[in-house]
Amino acid sequence: MTRFILGRLVKSVFILLAILVFNFFLIHAAPGDPAAVMAGEAGAADAKFLADLRARFGLDQPLYVQLWIYLKGAVQLDLGYSFRQQMPVAELIGDRLPATLLLTGVAFVLSLVLGVIAGVAASARQGSWGDTIISTLALLFYATPLFWVALMAALVFSVWLGWLPGFGYSTIGAGYTGMAHVLDVAKHLVLPASTLGLFFMAIYMRMTRASMLEVSRLDFVKTARAKGLKRSVIQRRHILRNALLPVITLAGLQAGQIFGGAILTETVFAWPGIGRLMFEAINQRDYNVILGVFYISAAMVLLFNLITDVVYVIIDPRIRLTT
Amino acid sequence: MLRPIKFAAAALALALAGPLAAQDGTPQAGGTLNVVIQPEPPGLMIGLIQNGPTQMVAGDIYESLLRYDHELKPSPQLAKSWEISEDGLTYTFTLQDGVTFHDGEPFTSADVKFSVDVFLRESHSRMRTYLTHVESIETPDDMTVVFKLKQPFGPFIGIFEPGTAPMIPKHIYEGTDFASNEANNTPIGTGPFKFDKWEKGSFIHLVKNENYYMEGKPYLDEIYYHVIPDAASRAVAYETGKVDVLPGGSIENFEVPRVRDMENTCITDKGWEFFGPLSWMWVNSNNKPLDDVNVRKAIMHAVDREFAKSALWNDLGKVATGPVSSSTRFYAGDTPDITYNPEEAKKLLAESSYDGETIRILGLPYGETWTRWAEAVKQNLAEIGMNAELVPADVAGWNQKISDRDFDLAFTYLYQYGDPALGVSRTYLGDNAEPGSPWNNVSNYQNPEVDAMWNEAALMANPEDRKAAYKKIQDQIVSDVPNIWLLELGFPTIYRCNVKNPVSTALGVNDGFRDTWIAKE
Repeated sequence: MTRFILGRLVKSVFILLAILVFNFFLIHAAPGDPAAVMAGEAGAADAKFLADLRARFGLDQPLYVQLWIYLKGAVQLDLGYSFRQQMPVAELIGDRLPATLLLTGVAFVLSLVLGVIAGVAASARQGSWGDTIISTLALLFYATPLFWVALMAALVFSVWLGWLPGFGYSTIGAGYTGMAHVLDVAKHLVLPASTLGLFFMAIYMRMTRASMLEVSRLDFVKTARAKGLKRSVIQRRHILRNALLPVITLAGLQAGQIFGGAILTETVFAWPGIGRLMFEAINQRDYNVILGVFYISAAMVLLFNLITDVVYVIIDPRIRLTT
Repeated sequence: MLRPIKFAAAALALALAGPLAAQDGTPQAGGTLNVVIQPEPPGLMIGLIQNGPTQMVAGDIYESLLRYDHELKPSPQLAKSWEISEDGLTYTFTLQDGVTFHDGEPFTSADVKFSVDVFLRESHSRMRTYLTHVESIETPDDMTVVFKLKQPFGPFIGIFEPGTAPMIPKHIYEGTDFASNEANNTPIGTGPFKFDKWEKGSFIHLVKNENYYMEGKPYLDEIYYHVIPDAASRAVAYETGKVDVLPGGSIENFEVPRVRDMENTCITDKGWEFFGPLSWMWVNSNNKPLDDVNVRKAIMHAVDREFAKSALWNDLGKVATGPVSSSTRFYAGDTPDITYNPEEAKKLLAESSYDGETIRILGLPYGETWTRWAEAVKQNLAEIGMNAELVPADVAGWNQKISDRDFDLAFTYLYQYGDPALGVSRTYLGDNAEPGSPWNNVSNYQNPEVDAMWNEAALMANPEDRKAAYKKIQDQIVSDVPNIWLLELGFPTIYRCNVKNPVSTALGVNDGFRDTWIAKE
C-alpha cells in the first residue's frame, strides 16, 4: 500500500508539471495581455505606460524565459505575483479559499448524502410512485441550467419571500461576531449551496439508483434472498455496498473540483470564492492567478484520485492496488 | 410596439423631474450609503490607475484643485481661488487653509508640485501629454502654486479633477518606487472619506473624514461599495434594499425600466458631462472598400440610431451629430446631416466601389446591450444590401483586435474630458494613427488640413477663436465620415429618493459623495 501511494505521488508530480506547462502555453495563446487590458480600462494610455507595465510584469521577456521563471517558482510552491491586484497569488487564493471550501464542501456533502439516500429509496421500489417522483425531480434538476436555478432561487426566496439573503457571504457592515456571525454566514450559504448541491444530488441519485438496480439482479443477491435474509439487510449490506463503487468514482472526481470553486454559482450569488477569482483573472489575462488556480485544482484532482483508489480497496476487498 | 416605448419615455420624463424637486431641505448628518461597484477595481491609488471603478472609489479619497459643475464651470475644491493671466500663460492657484491628509500631515503647495510634476508625469499617460505645455511649476509660499505654460493651452483650467490631477501626499511617495509603494493598499488623500477596509471580492469600506476642511461636510458616516459580479444580482441587490445607489451601467439596460418604476426610486442622467461618453464604430480605412467615402457615408445613413436609442438604451442619451459630444466645450450642433436615411444610403452605395464584400463587425464585449446593438447594425447594413458578419471577442481580445486593426467596423465609446483638445483630437490626428493602441486614431483618418486646425485650436488663448476653429473642424470631419458616430451614451444613476445629492458635479458619482446626505423618514 505504501509503495503504491509513493509511486502514485511521484507520477503525480510529473503529471502536474506537464499540466502547468500546457496551461502556460494555453493561456498565452489567448489574444491580449494584462497590460493591454488594464490600459484599455483606463481608456487612454501611451506607449510608455504600456511598456512600463509590461516591464513591471516581466512580460517583455521571451516566452520561454517567462515559463522558466514560473516553473522555478512553482516547484518551490511560489505561485508568483498578481499583476492586477498587486498581491502574491498564494495570498489571493488563500483569502478566497475558505469561502469556496465552505460552499463547495457543504454542497458536496449535502448532494452526496441526499443523493445516495434518494437513489436507494427510488430503487427499493422500482416503478412505484415514489420512484417516479424522485426520478423526475432528479431529471429536472439535472437538466435545468445552474444559473437559471440560481436566479430563480434568488428571485423567489430573496426578492418575493424575503426569507434569505440573495447574495454575498455575510451581512456587510453588521459587525457580527461569534455565533451571530456563524448564523449570518449560514443564512447566506443556504441559496448558493443548495443551488450547487441540487445538480450534483441529481447525478448521485441517478447513479445510485441505476447501480442498485443492476446489482440487485446479480446471483449473490438471489442467494441472500434464498437464505431468507431480511429485505433491508440485503439492501444495505449486499446491494448498497457493491453499488457504491461507481458513486465513489464520481464523488472522487467532484471532490477534486471542490478547490476549483463554482464559477456560475459564485458569480450569481456574489460569493467571494476561487471560481470568481479565476473567471475574472481569465478575463483580465492575469496569468499568474489563472495558473495558480489551475495548479491548486490540478493538484487536488490528483490527490483525490489517489484517495478514491485507496477508498475502493477499503470498501471492496476484491480490488488490488498495482502501480 | 410603439406604445410601451412612449409610455416609458413619459415615465422617465417624470422620474427625471423628481430629483430636481427633491434637492431642497437642510442636509442631515449621519447614515451609511451602500453603492454598487462594477467591476471590482484593480487598485485604489488613482495616480497609478485611472479606470472607471477606481475613480468611483478614489473620488471620495483623493481630491484635485477644482470641481466642475454640469456646464463644466470650475469651482473651488483644494484651491479656494485662482487667476489666469491675460495672455493665458500663467495660472495662479491659492490653496484652502487648514487642509490635512488623512494621516494628519498638512497639505501644501509642495504636494501640488510633487503630484503634478513628479508623480503624475511619471505614471499618468494623459497628464503626461498635457504637461508638455507646462514650462514650470513654482511654489512661492505654502499656499500658492503658479503654473507657467509654454503657450496658451486653452483646456488647461479643465484638467484639475481627481481622475486627471489627483493630489498625492509628497511625504509618503517622495523618493519611493510609486508602483510598488506599500501605501497604495491604504490610500491616503485629502478627501471627505478615508479608506478603512477592502475585503477583496466583497466590499470596500470608507469612513467619514472627521477633520475634513469644509464645515459640516461630509454628511455621511460611512460608505460601502459592494462588489456584485452578476448584473441580474445587482438589480436584486437594489430591489431587496441592500444597496441604495446604482451608478450608470450597473444593471443591464433592459432592467432599468423595471427598477426605476420601484417605489422611492429616482433616476438622473446627469453627472457625465465631463466624460461626455460618445459611442461610435471605428471604420478601418486601411481596408477596401472602406477607404471610399461613399461607402462610409452609406453606412452612416444606413444605421438606425433612433431605434438603438429607444430599443436598447431606454431613450436615454442623444443621437450623436458628429465627433464632439454636446456636453463637451465647443460642440457645434449644425454640422452636415448624417441622419438615418436608407434610401440615400442605397444611392450612395450604388455610386461607391462596394462590390459585395463581407464587412466584419467587432462588437463591444460589455454586456447584452452591445451585443444586440451589433446585431441591429448588421441588419441595418443588410437592408441597404451590404453583407456583414459579427466577430466575437472578450475584452482582452477586443483590445488586441483593435490595436492590430484586425476588423472592418468596431464598436467603441470613449470619454472626451470636457474639451475637444483633451478627448477628441486624439481620435482624428493624422500622426496619432500608429497601430498598437486601441484609443488613438484607429480608423487611420488622414486629413492634413484638419490636423493643422486641431493643432492651432488647442493653443488659442481666446475661447471665441477656439469656438470658431472647432466649428470648422467638426464640419470637415463630419463630411469625411471617418467613423460612424452612434450615440452620446446616457448612463443613468438610479438611487433611492431619500439619498439627496448623489450627483452634484459634471463627474457625478466619480467625484465623491462630499455633498450627499440621507433624509431620515
